Amino acid sequence: MSKAESKAGTLVPVQLWERLRKTVLALLLPVTLVWLWQLAGTDGAIAGGALPTPDRVWAAWMKWAFGTSTFGLNPYIGTWTQSLWFSAGRVVYGFAIAIAVGVPIGMIIGWSKLASAMIDPTIQWLRPVPITAWLPISIAIFGIRDFGAVFLITIGAFYPIVINTTQGTRDVDKNWIRAALMMGAGQRDVLTRVVLPAALPSIFTGLRIGLGIAWTAVIVSEMVAVKSGLGYVLWDAYYVGRMDIVIADMVSIGLMGFMSDLLIVSIEIWALRWRRLQSFDA
Amino acid sequence: MISFSKVSKVYGGAQGVRALDHVDFNVAEGEFVALLGPSGCGKSTLLNLVAGFEKLSEGTMLFDGQAVSRPGPDRGVVFQEASLLPWLTVWDNVVFGPKVQGLMRNEYEPRAHEILKIVGLEAFHKALPVQLSGGMRQRVGIARALVMQPKALLMDEPFGALDAQTRLSMQQLLLEVWQRLKTTVLFVTHDIDEAILLADRVCVMTARPGRITKEIPIDLRRPRSIDDLTNSEFTHFKAQIMAEMRGAHDQH
Repeated sequence: MSKAESKAGTLVPVQLWERLRKTVLALLLPVTLVWLWQLAGTDGAIAGGALPTPDRVWAAWMKWAFGTSTFGLNPYIGTWTQSLWFSAGRVVYGFAIAIAVGVPIGMIIGWSKLASAMIDPTIQWLRPVPITAWLPISIAIFGIRDFGAVFLITIGAFYPIVINTTQGTRDVDKNWIRAALMMGAGQRDVLTRVVLPAALPSIFTGLRIGLGIAWTAVIVSEMVAVKSGLGYVLWDAYYVGRMDIVIADMVSIGLMGFMSDLLIVSIEIWALRWRRLQSFDA
Repeated sequence: MISFSKVSKVYGGAQGVRALDHVDFNVAEGEFVALLGPSGCGKSTLLNLVAGFEKLSEGTMLFDGQAVSRPGPDRGVVFQEASLLPWLTVWDNVVFGPKVQGLMRNEYEPRAHEILKIVGLEAFHKALPVQLSGGMRQRVGIARALVMQPKALLMDEPFGALDAQTRLSMQQLLLEVWQRLKTTVLFVTHDIDEAILLADRVCVMTARPGRITKEIPIDLRRPRSIDDLTNSEFTHFKAQIMAEMRGAHDQH
């Protein structure tokens, strides 16, 4: 602290200090909540033993993450990383398909009035169907297998991606397109070199919303239709009365969602750095 | 080079707005023609027809002896707000045309360097458009049109959004560039001084319906510079054009 204060005049320590301040402020509320939760418990549990206190959750989590099982097959010792990767892998897989399908379709709808008239209404009719309602069909087609989860994630992430891409494509400055045509660009060059970069800010908005839905979708489908991953553990632990694991699992999901959003935002900041540069108007 | 005969442009169906009404108009090769008129008189519509951005409703229009069906690199357009692609550097904006046309690097790169030098932006080739002032951005706009070696340059109020001082320096720059390249130019403006200073011929337009009411040859000596803005000949042309525009206005 004294270091930050003594160098307050230079740029970097001030930024560090500002960052530290923000981190402290952000942590204040969750730490207080956890502390109150801990206080509310007696004998390591609250609400008549229904919920464990944070210290118990923490202990169970550490065992789940780093423990090595000695006797028998305890599913809650040392399996955390594995479950995490199962879920994260499905999210990456399904999200990638949603991007690969959603961005081109969104661009086509935004670009062509004919395509918009032909495709957009169907998408708008299907969109209100919640991903949970797709579960029976998913299980009927893919069974209790990995791809059922991927299918659900793709559907969930597809809508926000396609809608935001469409909007971004429609909002492209008409004169940018005219300029490209004037310079001899064909339709393909206009789409890839002008419309796509111009729509990127909207596309990233769609990606962030879509990724949030992807995490919801993976947990839901693992709870019901797939026998591995954080969602499966969540439901399974509830059945055997391991509420400490349930809570540790929930925190893990939150953490993963938060981290993956951070990743998307970092990519967005990098890809759209041309928007943030300041003028050196002379 | 450019010829309009009985060209009309109607927006929005049968009883729509007549932006252009039976316009007859020609631009010769190497000529610098200014279209002068108030906003809404159809001068930008006329330019957009030549550019291929819009389609005419009646009549015939030829560019270099052929009907125009779509935009193309033989007609370099300079837009009012430059309309550079903001994610590309100055250099990438300038070579965008040659690149998408599939030209060879060694063919267009020396030309792009030379044109950036002419417009005075050599030192800024790595800058992004947001990092440039309005005048500098418009220099890039001119450079990316010139690099394609177009048969004609179509300029749609290119200096309209600039402050007075920057506008003067851009007009001076354009005079110098034109003196060097002698490209055919169609220049749309609502600024009388600008029209007289730059053009060989000023076409005065009126609105509703859009028509060219008067064509005034400007036989000021070339090469010109912004110093000509204050000489007596210039004032004479200005008085003539103002009288013409007032007359057109009174008829309404």
